[in-house]
Amino acid sequence: MVPTSYYILLSAILFTIGVVGVLVRRNAIIVFMSVELMLNSANLAFVAFARAFQTGNAVNAAAMSGQVFVFFVLTVAAAEVAVGLALIVAIFKNKHSIDVDQVHQLKG
Amino acid sequence: MTLDLIIFLVLATIAILAALAMLLSSNAIYSVLFLILNFAVVSVFYLMLNAPFIAMVQVTVYAGAIMVLFLFVIMLLGADKLRQPQTDIPWQQPLAILLGLVLLGVAAFAIVSRGSITIPSPLSDQMISAFGSPFELGKLLFTTYLFPFEVTSFLLLVAMIGAIVLTKEEKTKLLPRRAPKN
Repeated sequence: MVPTSYYILLSAILFTIGVVGVLVRRNAIIVFMSVELMLNSANLAFVAFARAFQTGNAVNAAAMSGQVFVFFVLTVAAAEVAVGLALIVAIFKNKHSIDVDQVHQLKG
Repeated sequence: MTLDLIIFLVLATIAILAALAMLLSSNAIYSVLFLILNFAVVSVFYLMLNAPFIAMVQVTVYAGAIMVLFLFVIMLLGADKLRQPQTDIPWQQPLAILLGLVLLGVAAFAIVSRGSITIPSPLSDQMISAFGSPFELGKLLFTTYLFPFEVTSFLLLVAMIGAIVLTKEEKTKLLPRRAPKN
């Protein structure tokens, strides 16, 4: 059995790669994909903990709740991608560029 | 070094390298493909963690629908050609990488200093098919978590309406074509 802390460490590494992706890249779509990577790493942590808390012979509802929450995070991520990509397309129609550095009309 | 651990380490390396390649790739389509590889590897992790339903949902929804949506938008916008980065603030990128490493160090320290967080005990025979099955997930979704379930269905409806409204063309262009009434 692989210890749960290994999975959590992997989740932390993937999350950090996502964070650096959001900060470093200028293409709006790559930034969005890094956000998806972060959500995915959180899902991995949920499933790892759900497995760790399953002890005994009856299905522990608290342990299955981890997987139920992953289901909800997946749904929210799908909805967010739909709206976010629609936003990116709308911005592109206006500015003909998806460079996040170009979207600075609100700068003071 | 059990077989489980070897498989985990190999897959973890592939997942991390795919994530890094997604970050560093200059072509957006390659980035999407590397992210799909990352999601597929995480799906295999879910299978190792006795979550078969979530693994299949991940492949279907994440890698199958969301990433395809990304590909559509990239090809629609022609975003796969990227220019060289010329940021206004030259120290922003190195600082971001440094702070990311600090975040990783703090997280790794928090995880490692707790000792080994529960090594999961092997599932009993009757649990192997029951835990993580769609039946158990559905039982929880429709009893304890019924309200969040209904709220997410409403959220999906709002997202669909939002996506349509955001990309709808305005109708003001049709007005000049009308013949003026004399």
